[in-house]
Amino acid sequence: MWTFIIRRLLQSVVVILGVTLISFVALQIGGDPTFLFVSERATDEEIELIRKALGFDQPLHIQYLTYLGNILQGDFGNSLSYRQPAMEIVLGALPATIELTVFSMIFAIGLAIPFGVFAALYRGTPVDGGIMTLAMFGQSIPNFWLGIMMILFFGLHLKWFPISGHVPLIMPLLQGEFLTAVTNIPKSIYYMILPGIAVGFYSLSRNARLVRSSMLEVLSQDYVRTARSKGISERAVVINHALRNAWLPVVTMVGLEFGFLLGGVVVIETVFSWPGIGRLVFTAINQKDIPVVQASVIVLSVIFIALNLIVDLIYARIDPRVKL
Amino acid sequence: MTNLADTIAIAPVTRSNFSRELRRAGRSMVAAKWPLLALAILFVVLVVAIFGPWLSPLDPNRQNIMLRLAGPMAPGPNGATFMLGSDALGRDVLSRLLYGARVSLLVGISAILVGGTIGTVAGLLSGYFGGWIDDVIMRMGDIQLAFPFILLAIMFLVVLGPGVVNLILVLGIGQWVTYARIVRAQTLSLREKEFVEAARAMGDSTISIMFRTILPNIVAPLTVIASFNVASVILAEASLSFLGLGVPPQTPTWGSMLAQSRDQLIANRWWLAVFPGMAIVVTVLSFNIIGDWLRDLLDPRLKERG
Repeated sequence: MWTFIIRRLLQSVVVILGVTLISFVALQIGGDPTFLFVSERATDEEIELIRKALGFDQPLHIQYLTYLGNILQGDFGNSLSYRQPAMEIVLGALPATIELTVFSMIFAIGLAIPFGVFAALYRGTPVDGGIMTLAMFGQSIPNFWLGIMMILFFGLHLKWFPISGHVPLIMPLLQGEFLTAVTNIPKSIYYMILPGIAVGFYSLSRNARLVRSSMLEVLSQDYVRTARSKGISERAVVINHALRNAWLPVVTMVGLEFGFLLGGVVVIETVFSWPGIGRLVFTAINQKDIPVVQASVIVLSVIFIALNLIVDLIYARIDPRVKL
Repeated sequence: MTNLADTIAIAPVTRSNFSRELRRAGRSMVAAKWPLLALAILFVVLVVAIFGPWLSPLDPNRQNIMLRLAGPMAPGPNGATFMLGSDALGRDVLSRLLYGARVSLLVGISAILVGGTIGTVAGLLSGYFGGWIDDVIMRMGDIQLAFPFILLAIMFLVVLGPGVVNLILVLGIGQWVTYARIVRAQTLSLREKEFVEAARAMGDSTISIMFRTILPNIVAPLTVIASFNVASVILAEASLSFLGLGVPPQTPTWGSMLAQSRDQLIANRWWLAVFPGMAIVVTVLSFNIIGDWLRDLLDPRLKERG
């Protein structure tokens, strides 16, 4: 077990180094990166000063090591438009993004499992056909368009849901205002429903299909036949024998899914004016605020990598077949 | 997707059974109906992409401030009709939609060619030689997959700036790992087969064995992956265009049309959002349906499971 954990930890460290290397390359790929950090009206002397100050006159390997050192200390430089450390801005926007991602994850996985199971149990019937058709559409609709359509229909036409706005949950928790966080829950969820569905619908579809095929495979296994032949009720067979094995592939998906949903949230936030990292990145893109974009991407990637590490470790615990 | 890559198993393809396979594919497509419809839709999209400039009723970039934000079927300039309405600059939505097909398909298919080529070569090298080459290539793939793709694309496109070529490169490079993994897995198992041994015994060069003997036998599963992949690349292109990282704002694309529709939502100018979105959904759905059908056709074992 320990060798597995250590090996997996080392792997994660290598991947994080890879991420920093890629982001370093991204900075350099457009030529002299100094021009990304100066305003368009800067004079030659100013540019030269900034080049020196940021160390872009050094050899590449030195630049990378400095860059790495700064990142490790959480220093991405100052935002070009806010005159505040980029990291501070990104961390301020992080809770809203995490809230929405977790919500859409619960929506996607929470529905994908029953949908997939029912489709498998009623294979070939209209129930199966309906769920699979829905899933096929779900995998073909751009999440932001789904968001726009829901704004038009549920927000503006029926006026059931708000089309923008956010009630914080994590922020009050971090500030120790536990009571505020709890009383915020219903309202917070109300505001998350439309953007959460828009982000999660693709994952719901993909995972419903995954659960269905995984379930069909398990249902054809010998131990399920044995259980049935022993006269156990179908309900018990499905819940105790089939489901227990069928949901394992889903667990491995959870980590990857989280990263995918994070990517979706980044886009959806601009549709619903959600005050998270996505909207921050969107504004930063338009203002060419490179430090903020870099800090956002790296923070999200590190969260994603850490989460995958945790999922793998949990998986090793719940599935005894994983060789340690 | 990776599940699929791991499980697809393919019998060696020879020239003699190719036409028989083609007839089987034709019969299966007619029998299944939906793939046939999907193929017809894709054909229409392709025609629109190629002949868009001749098909579109108006100039997609011609602004007409007097006639801005007209609803569908409203009268346009010089006796023409804005069949799908006009946008905030008075440009014809239908014409922009028809032009948009061009960029979506061009970017989707080119990105697959870029990613597919890099991935196939990497996978062949990895699977055929094994050892440290395999290690290096596959670890690079792991690192890339450790990034949520859209974030990676954002980071590069912010520095590189928007543009069709940049978009194709970033989207293409984003896809290579999928291809590399499946090609590697197939190469590993094919490497030990008799016909590969035979080619080696006849003194064929390594390159010839990789590209002439092994590659043709991997084309089938690659096609399946590619058709799903076109679908997801078109979605990614739309997302990036929506964020303002796609092609320059002048060029009409479905994603950028949606981005511009956002400011008009509150005023309920639905036509600006509904039509480009439907174009994306119908195209992507068709690619997905074709992908599903191809997978079932090429591996009946998978059909049994789902």
